[in-house]
Amino acid sequence: MNGILHRPVLRVTGLSKAFFGVPVLQEVGLELRAGEVHGLVGENGAGKSTLMKLLAGVYQRDAGTIEIDGEPVEFHHPTQAHLAGLSTVFQEFNLLPDRTVAENIYLGREPRRGLLVDTKAMNLRTSELLDQLGIGNIRPTAAVSSLSVAQQQIVEIAKAVSYDARIISMDEPTAALAGAEVELLYAIVRRLKERGTAILYVSHRLKEIFDLCDTITVLKDGRIVGTQPAAELNDAALVRMMVGRPISAYYPEEHPGTTVGRILLSIEGGGNHQLDAIDLDLRAGEIVGVAGLQGSGRTELVEAIFGAAPFTRGRVELDGQPFTATSPREAIRRRIALITEDRKAQGLSLNQSILNNALGVIRSVFPRRTPEARAATPGILSSLEVVARDLDQEVQYLSGGNQQKVVLAKWLAIDPLVVLLDEPTRGIDVGAKLAVYNLMRALAAEGRALLMVSSELPELLGMSSRIVVMRDGRIAGGLPAGASEEQVLQLATGARNETALP
Amino acid sequence: MKITSRLTSTHIVYLVVLLTIIAGTILVAAAGRSFFSAGNISSILTGTSVLGFIAIGQTLVILVGSLDLSVPYVVSLSSLLAAGIMANQPANILPGVLLALAVAAVIGLINGLVVSGLKVHGFIATLGTGLIISGYLATNYKGSSGQAPLSFRLVGATGLGPVPISTLIMLACAAVVLLVLDRTRLGHSMYAVGGDINVARMSGIRTSTPIIAAHIICSVLAGMAGLLLAARLGVGSPTIGSQGGYDLLSIAAVVLGGTLLAGGKGSLVGTLGGVLIFAMIDNIMSVLQINPFLKDVVRGIVIVAAVAVYAGRRVVNRTARFDDTPQETVSTRQEVGA
Repeated sequence: MNGILHRPVLRVTGLSKAFFGVPVLQEVGLELRAGEVHGLVGENGAGKSTLMKLLAGVYQRDAGTIEIDGEPVEFHHPTQAHLAGLSTVFQEFNLLPDRTVAENIYLGREPRRGLLVDTKAMNLRTSELLDQLGIGNIRPTAAVSSLSVAQQQIVEIAKAVSYDARIISMDEPTAALAGAEVELLYAIVRRLKERGTAILYVSHRLKEIFDLCDTITVLKDGRIVGTQPAAELNDAALVRMMVGRPISAYYPEEHPGTTVGRILLSIEGGGNHQLDAIDLDLRAGEIVGVAGLQGSGRTELVEAIFGAAPFTRGRVELDGQPFTATSPREAIRRRIALITEDRKAQGLSLNQSILNNALGVIRSVFPRRTPEARAATPGILSSLEVVARDLDQEVQYLSGGNQQKVVLAKWLAIDPLVVLLDEPTRGIDVGAKLAVYNLMRALAAEGRALLMVSSELPELLGMSSRIVVMRDGRIAGGLPAGASEEQVLQLATGARNETALP
Repeated sequence: MKITSRLTSTHIVYLVVLLTIIAGTILVAAAGRSFFSAGNISSILTGTSVLGFIAIGQTLVILVGSLDLSVPYVVSLSSLLAAGIMANQPANILPGVLLALAVAAVIGLINGLVVSGLKVHGFIATLGTGLIISGYLATNYKGSSGQAPLSFRLVGATGLGPVPISTLIMLACAAVVLLVLDRTRLGHSMYAVGGDINVARMSGIRTSTPIIAAHIICSVLAGMAGLLLAARLGVGSPTIGSQGGYDLLSIAAVVLGGTLLAGGKGSLVGTLGGVLIFAMIDNIMSVLQINPFLKDVVRGIVIVAAVAVYAGRRVVNRTARFDDTPQETVSTRQEVGA
């Protein structure tokens, strides 16, 4: 009835992968059966995406075996995986927006009559394919760019199915979808399951995992924590499996004498394309953490405050005065700083010197204060313990940690009132992390307000005086200092309470 | 299905073509002459053929995400080779044509290999080959040379009614290229490689093939343009290509035709519209005996205005999660801890 056969179509054993000596996956084992939907969950950085890319042939494994139908396979290129019946729907779209649905699905293997592409046959096959998936509202001749994100996602899946895939792995297929669209995806997954396709389903949203999956595997820090039938788990138990680690003790204490003062930033009913009903107060001396899954609107929140993608609704007050930033320049003038998520693309001019980077903001927004800032720069950099040959060194030659310190120095130069930090410790070593944490504590003690977005829960819990959790562009809830990772994840994933379960 | 489908850039190009015709009719009539006289139509169409050949090829090269700056030198080289071999002997016409086109094809092959194999951007790769050819021309030819026989010269001079033979050949080439683009795997791969080379690779396309093919076709068509010029002039000339400014003019025609300079999106039909617009502007200006420099001013304005219109219509797609119209939101105050 459930169509699950005894022999696994996909068997993975002892799979390991390291990048630059850092192990990302260790001894991972997994089995997938025909007609099974197998959920793969884990925190950010647990190794889920790496696992999928190994299966798809995008990365090469260091050790372990992958067997399809009992035959060991070795993929050096995604095409080989497709031919073996394993297709992957990646998180980022692999579609050409300016081409039609049919042209995208049959790209590189268009049906032909003689030398010419048989457009009619191609469109016909595409609509048959979409019919099989129960999709009636996508025309094969429509340009992909004219489709909604959900429809594009469906085209991706249709493309994967079109290779006669017996195994389809999907990396967060709902990440870009809104409520009703998710239902559509559910229907497709169930239909594929009925056809006997094995599905590896990666998602952050626990509800989906429980709605769709027969079996759940939890990955943590590159290792399998366990594989269990979904029926034997509930949200709380799953979250416990995902987290299950002590919070490291290296987060510095709040500086003595740090007092929470007046409200520096107040947002009431803020919203734009990506955000809605944002209510948030930020007080002097506070570090407020922003938690949430990828795509939940965390970055959009700080960008809205900073005026990069401004609020179009609601009311914002800065230090008691109404002020909605409509451009970063305006925000900077009012002493708001944003340490961006992507250091290399948005934070630094990589082939310019440390000094030029450190003076980047002050020069363009407060040119008259440049000489003063220039004199202060060496002091700021050394207080941040930047390790560099001299101020003229190009920042591209610095380590990630030192680069991040230069970014911080650049923003300290404007003497910010409100400091927005988006993933301030991403990709930097522990020592540099500690320096960032210490700096954050010092800034709070000076009476500035800090808002920190982070994917790393221990960091959020260790540094924040309270945490707001985002979900689908809204604030899902707030948590006081001392909240647990489970509580944060529950809000972020929209997990139901234990008591609500049967 | 909506009947009023959105205006594509090709539609806009032909709208501009129409506007230019209307403007031309009025302006030329004001000068006491007819825009639609057989002689004038023939002169406009003659103006489309040389640039047409080159712009067809340039369209392919731009579609795959490259550029070809070597076309003017290929034009000159081909005119010299053909006229040189023909040497006024009708029997030598075929060898002359074939050799000129073969040399052009080899140049295109080299361009394609450098772009796809060595990963040198087309701008630089073809700048390089262009310089090499121009150096060869400057050292080996001091001026016009060779002689095209009368029967070959007729290609440049005769027509079917008001339509010159050369324009018909150009349109035939366009039809073939259009078929390749729309109805062969090679054509589909060209769009894919220019649109996103990673998507193309992930779909199992050998990404160098379309790039090389586009460069070869482009050079061969530039060679055709050179042959046509040799037929018109009766001789080969080392400077005929660079004088025409066909490198930038062809790129301008392609872009005016709605093809994305970054590649992956565009249409050959649009390019032909772009070529026609340029030819008509030239014609109107010369009929009205306006200062020739003003011609370039008008061309410049047309190109920039057209591309600005296209850019304005291209919106960065990020689906809105929430309706962006101002509305009352029920505030649920979030004040925890603190």
